[in-house]
Amino acid sequence: MIEFKLPSLGADMDEGTLLEWCVKPGDSLKRGQVVAIVDTTKAAIDVECWDEGTVDELIVAPGTKIPVDTVLALLRAPGETVEESARWKEQHRGAQLAAQAAAPVLAAPAVAPVVAVVPSAGRRRVSPAARRYAEQMGIDLDALTGSGPQGAIVLEDVQKAASKAVPLQPKPVVGAVAVAAERAVEMRRTIAAAMARSKREIPHYYLATEVPLEVASRWLGERNAGLPVTERLLMAVLFIKAVAKALLRFPEFNGFVREAQFVPSVDVHVGVAISLRQGGLIAPAILNTGQLPLEQLMRELGDLVKRARAFTLRSSELSMPTVTVTNLGEQGADRVFGIIYPPQVALVGFGSVRERAWVENGQLKLIPAVTATLAADHRASDGHRGSLFLAEVSALLQQPQTL
Amino acid sequence: MDESTIRDAISRTLAGIAPEVSLEQIVATVPLRDQIDLDSMDWLNFIVGLHEQLHVDIPEADYRKLRTLNDLIAYLRAKSG
Repeated sequence: MIEFKLPSLGADMDEGTLLEWCVKPGDSLKRGQVVAIVDTTKAAIDVECWDEGTVDELIVAPGTKIPVDTVLALLRAPGETVEESARWKEQHRGAQLAAQAAAPVLAAPAVAPVVAVVPSAGRRRVSPAARRYAEQMGIDLDALTGSGPQGAIVLEDVQKAASKAVPLQPKPVVGAVAVAAERAVEMRRTIAAAMARSKREIPHYYLATEVPLEVASRWLGERNAGLPVTERLLMAVLFIKAVAKALLRFPEFNGFVREAQFVPSVDVHVGVAISLRQGGLIAPAILNTGQLPLEQLMRELGDLVKRARAFTLRSSELSMPTVTVTNLGEQGADRVFGIIYPPQVALVGFGSVRERAWVENGQLKLIPAVTATLAADHRASDGHRGSLFLAEVSALLQQPQTL
Repeated sequence: MDESTIRDAISRTLAGIAPEVSLEQIVATVPLRDQIDLDSMDWLNFIVGLHEQLHVDIPEADYRKLRTLNDLIAYLRAKSG
């Protein structure tokens, strides 16, 4: 019998509310299948299961708030017999239920949601604030059209519906503006907790280097000129690919510190910091970043940004980043010295791409350039290697055709 | 193509990217990116959206001509014939 537990959804999410099950007892699962949707302060996450088996029992009910590692369901392993399942349950269930009772599963919300929670055929995109307000006001989300990114339902949509609807419940104590504010406060709190923990536990060191982008900029311009608008590449994609490739030679910047011990990761999954409109930050991963050709990387980045801003992501995108890249874009500051997202050991930053005065062979010229920075965990690496790593990223960006 | 068709297309495209902004709030003579938070990904999605709605291709070299809403409308009118 396999215990399917709520996976970690990143350092700043240690609990979530189970919204709905996407499978039922008797369903056989493929690796990577989405089995449930869990709500967090930042998004509704499609939780994937990486085991194969058959669903035996769903343990947690929709609407329940649960910490990470809670057993959500039991799965029968392929080839497991009925006797083996029964024996497992006899041996484990008593202990498991006692353990989950001792570490109390946080209770279901006091107001029972009026919205029926059934697996929806089309995946509905709803902001966490809208969902909470809809529950409170007794608004059926299915009846609404979303005005947010990708048609996501946002708080304003629910507010409009609420003002038209006949109230099914007595006027709530907390209004829509307060719900949004509350949600924003929660988001800030979760980010604050992760960042404060990072600064407490990780001895950061910081390095910066100027990366000339004359060659990369020209290469990109020529390449984009010949392509339809839907296939144009952004400079950000070159940055991400260069970091992923450089990490192959510098493994001490790619992995996790667990219990004060650095464990390098074989795979490179670059987390990309994405700012959420109207506040908040999330850094989901593009899996196997170094193996993707630039065109595919661009498509996946675009899709990831859209989904993050429509409040729906997959659990593997949140639990698997092995390093993070933050790119401020051309309207931001020159350079960014970030805070490492635990349990990772490095954060690579790129400031705005600007025209700079540059000296080459005793000659002064004007070229586009960017300041690349590294924030790294001194328990896993030293400044000398950090310095060489940044130099490698810069060198790769001088040969964009090889990325 | 007339101006109101173009304005509608701009409005619709923008709504999918920056839903918190409405075109009425935009000052037509001030650079767009000073008024709306649009990073390079948003800008590209904006260009793609306009292409889908108006069937006008905007080469990268022309991006810098599109600083204000007025610039954008004039450009799109000229290009759409």
